[in-house]
Formats: sequence, structure tokens, C-alpha cells
Amino acid sequence: MATIWIIVIYLGALLAFAMGSKIFFRGTSADYFVASRSIGPFMLLMSVFGTTMTAFALVGSTGKSFERGIGTYGLMASSSGLIHAACFLLIGLKLWAIGKRHGYVTQIQFFRARFDSNGLGYLLFPILVLLVIPYLLIGVIGAAKTIGGVTGPKKTPRGMIEGTFPDLFESTGGAIPPWLTGAVICIVVLCYIFAGGSRAAAWANTFQTLVFMTMGVLAFILISNKLGGLGAAIEQAKEGHLVRTVSSEGKVGVPPIMFATYMFIPLSVGMFPHLFQHWLTAKSAKAFKLTVIAHPICIMIVWVPCVLIGLWATGLKPLEGAAPAAVLAKMVGILVKDPVIVGLVTAGILAAIMSSLDSQFLCLGTIFTNDIVLHNTKKKYTDKQILLMARGFVLAIVVITYVLAMVLIDQNVFDLAIWCFSGFAALTPLVIAALYWRRSTKEGAIASIVATTVVWFYFFAKSGFGGEYVILGGVMPVAVCWLTGVVAMVAVSLATKPPSKETVDKFFP
Amino acid sequence: MKRTSLVFLTVFVLLAILHQDFWNWDNASLVFGFMPMGLAYHALYTLVATAFWAVVIKVAWPTKLEEWAEGGEE
Repeated sequence: MATIWIIVIYLGALLAFAMGSKIFFRGTSADYFVASRSIGPFMLLMSVFGTTMTAFALVGSTGKSFERGIGTYGLMASSSGLIHAACFLLIGLKLWAIGKRHGYVTQIQFFRARFDSNGLGYLLFPILVLLVIPYLLIGVIGAAKTIGGVTGPKKTPRGMIEGTFPDLFESTGGAIPPWLTGAVICIVVLCYIFAGGSRAAAWANTFQTLVFMTMGVLAFILISNKLGGLGAAIEQAKEGHLVRTVSSEGKVGVPPIMFATYMFIPLSVGMFPHLFQHWLTAKSAKAFKLTVIAHPICIMIVWVPCVLIGLWATGLKPLEGAAPAAVLAKMVGILVKDPVIVGLVTAGILAAIMSSLDSQFLCLGTIFTNDIVLHNTKKKYTDKQILLMARGFVLAIVVITYVLAMVLIDQNVFDLAIWCFSGFAALTPLVIAALYWRRSTKEGAIASIVATTVVWFYFFAKSGFGGEYVILGGVMPVAVCWLTGVVAMVAVSLATKPPSKETVDKFFP
Repeated sequence: MKRTSLVFLTVFVLLAILHQDFWNWDNASLVFGFMPMGLAYHALYTLVATAFWAVVIKVAWPTKLEEWAEGGEE
């Protein structure tokens, strides 16, 4: 029961902290969508880092390291240190400047104006929404499974221990059922996003990021102590997991070509619509400095301990055959045992999940309001009406996400995440050309989006709609999708009429 | 392209190449007695990337872009 109380206290504290931002809420749509562009360096770093780190940050990194070994850190973390910072500085900062100068609050507003095309917005809108939705589902399903695992019945050497609430939830063996966890998570996030929009998301993300970073380090220290210290802990690891050489069955290790082409995936942050919205909340360009420099270090603080925990787990008997997603929870549950610590680490996992969910809910509400409704009407809406509309859309998206998550609760949607990242990463030639190539044209942009989407969908279908899939002995499909986008953009732009001088002057200072 | 931009682009490409540390692929030795070499290298790599971006920000911060943004239409 102590575990549940810790989680309840965490959710209450999160809600109180996020709702505290309401004191600064100015009641305008600009405040709701982009916090009146008033977020300072530390909160920008925390909200950007919290948004980019999903359930993968704690659970996925440990699980992947348990599965594939040390290569996990290079695949997903150190490459992000280089590429994410590049995206924040070269894409985020410039988009912030353009957004501030011309008053944009969504990506689609920018692309429509830059390429002087309404159609481009309608083409991009469903693609962005369809790529964000699986990402949302991962969050809700991940939270439901984490809480289900913590409160469910457990197999121990002394026999089965029943779940936390055997009388209340008989059908799940005493575990809190997914419908209840999903509902609580969605309601908590909905409450603060509904009330405070972007500012509440920034405040909540700051709180959540501090929680999940602290809990990751806490789990690391406690587990290593239980294993007899760092030196003794690493002795538990299977040797094959300490290198990147691919094992004979191909399940451990990373092929060099996969390692190299995986570097395209962190480019996805350049096209995440929810990150775009966070960039626009920055008070000044200088606010980006801390994010660019400290983001790689924050990644290291979270990922190195988690990768090591995953390695240690490979040689532990009770973890044999464990599902990768359950490794962190099992290591804490089996080795540390203390229900308070289990509660704290679970709160950390929920924090990592929810710090992405809130921004995604808000961004979908923002793009529905601005890019579909307001864009298509000549009617003048008051700020109050716009706020009402945005909140209505956020509510609808939360309800749809919840229903979809419950329908798909038993599906393995975690593999979908890499496909979502690949989709966003493959679209980055669009934003790079829009920002840095004056000669890029509307036709080139449309060709790039269409070509990328077709190639991405082809690979996605070949993977069985979401499985692990590589081509040519290890090349990640994202590399091919990205290059297709570049070729289409360049070839079609050069073959079509250049943009007007007025458009170029507007976007190239 | 300005000389500084070219230097930074070259270092960026070099860092991308250094990320593919093929020489560590099958090195199972431990650094400080607990950190596998392949992991220690990439942790250090993260710090080098951080230092690189700190230098970029110090030397090539786009001051004019900030001024341009402030003179907006909002």
C-alpha cells in the first residue's frame, strides 16, 4: 500500500505544482498556446528534455541494454547528444525567431507561409497527427502496464504473492486495471493542460523531469549497493553484453551499419510538433543556450545508469527470460524490495511518460484550433472563444487517446515508437530546406513530403506495421526515407519556379 | 560559407565519424573497474559533444537573428 500512496502523493504534487502556474495565466490564447513567449532558460531545458524523454528514458533504455548490451547508449543517447543539440540550435532557435517575428504558434502556420501554400498545410496536418497518436498511445499503455506490474501478483522463490488489491480487482489478481490507471493519468494531465495550457505544461515538465532524473539515479545507487558495489555489479553482466559484436543468434550486439544509420533517428526532434510549441515558449534566444549545452549532459545522467542496470540484470537468475520493458521494475522490486522505493521509482517512470503526454495533447489541440478551424474561417473569434475551442479539442483528443489505448492495451505498441521517430526524422529535409535554402519551392516541399511518406509507408508495411525492420543487412529505413526526402526536395525545387522575393525576404533576414 | 561555420561543420562531421568507434566494438575491458569500454567512450563522447556546442554558442551565437526576431509583427 505504501507504494500506491507514494504514487498518489506524486500525482497530487504534480497537479498542485502545475496548477500553480495558473497564477501567471494571462487569460489570452497566446498565453495558452505559447505561454506568452515567457519561459526562461532552466524551464525551457527541463520542458524540452522532459518532452523528448518518454517512457524510453528509464524503462526502454534499461530494457534495450538488457536485450542488446552496451550498444544501446551509442545508438540512442550519445548520438542524441550531438544531433539533438544541433536541431535545437540550428532549427529550434531559427523557428523561435521566425515564430516570434511573425506570430506563429504551429509548425503548419510556418510551412504554409514559407511555401505560400494552403494545400501544404492540409497535406502535412494528417501526417503529423497520425505520427503523434501512436506516440500518445505508448504513454498511456506504458503507464497502465507499469502500474499493473507494480500492483500485480508476483512470483517469488517462496511462491506467489497476491496483488495489492485482491478484493477490489479480482479479475487482474489484485493489480490496478489498465482502465483505471489510464483514466487517472489522462485526467491528471487533462486538468493542468485544460487550465493552464503551455505554461502549465512547462511547469509540470520541470517538476517531472527533476523527479525522473532523481529517481533514475536513486534506483542506480540502491541497486548497485544491493549487488555489492559498482565493480561487483558489472561482474554479474554477461560478457556478450559488454561489447557490440553481434552474437551468433543475432539477438545481442549491434551491426556497425545499423549503428551508423541509427544516427538519423534523433533528427526527429527537428519535426516534433510538440517540441516546436515548446521552442516558441522561449522568452528570448538566449534561453536556448542552456538547452543546447546541458541537454546532452541530462541525457547522460539518465541513460548511463539505466544502461548499466540493464547490463547487470543480464546475469541475474530471477531476471532470466524477463520482458525487457519489465527489467527496471523487476530489478527494483526484487533487489531493493522496499515499497517506498518501489513507489518512488514508479513515480519516476510515470513522470517520464507524463512529461511527454501533456505536450502532445496540447500540441494536437493547438494545431486543430489554429490550422483547421481558425485557418478556414473568416469569422472573428474572441480570445475567450479561441480558448474554449482549444480546450474542447484537448478534451476530445484525451478521450480519443484513452479509448484507443484501452482497445489496443494488449498490442505491442512500443515498437511503433521507433517508426514514429523515423517518420518525423524523415520529414526534416522539409524544415531544413525551409529555413536554409532560399531556392526551395512549394512544389519541392510537397514532393519531399509525398515521397518520404510513400517510402516510409512501404517500409512500415514491410515490417508488418510496426515490427523491427532493417534493410541491406542492417541499414535503418529512416536513412533511405530521409535521403528520398532530400532528393525530392532538391530535384523538384530546381525544376520549378523559385519563390517570390517577398517570401524570401520575409523568412531570410 | 564563413570560415568559422566551415570549421564547425568540419568538427561536426568529425564528431559524427568518431561516434562510429569501430575500434571499441569487441573491447570488453572495464574502465575504473565498472564501466565497459564501449560505454565509457560514449559517455566521454557526450561530454565532448557538450564542449563542442558550448564553443559554437560562444563563438558563433546568432546575435542578429535575435534582434530580427524582436522587431516582429506581433
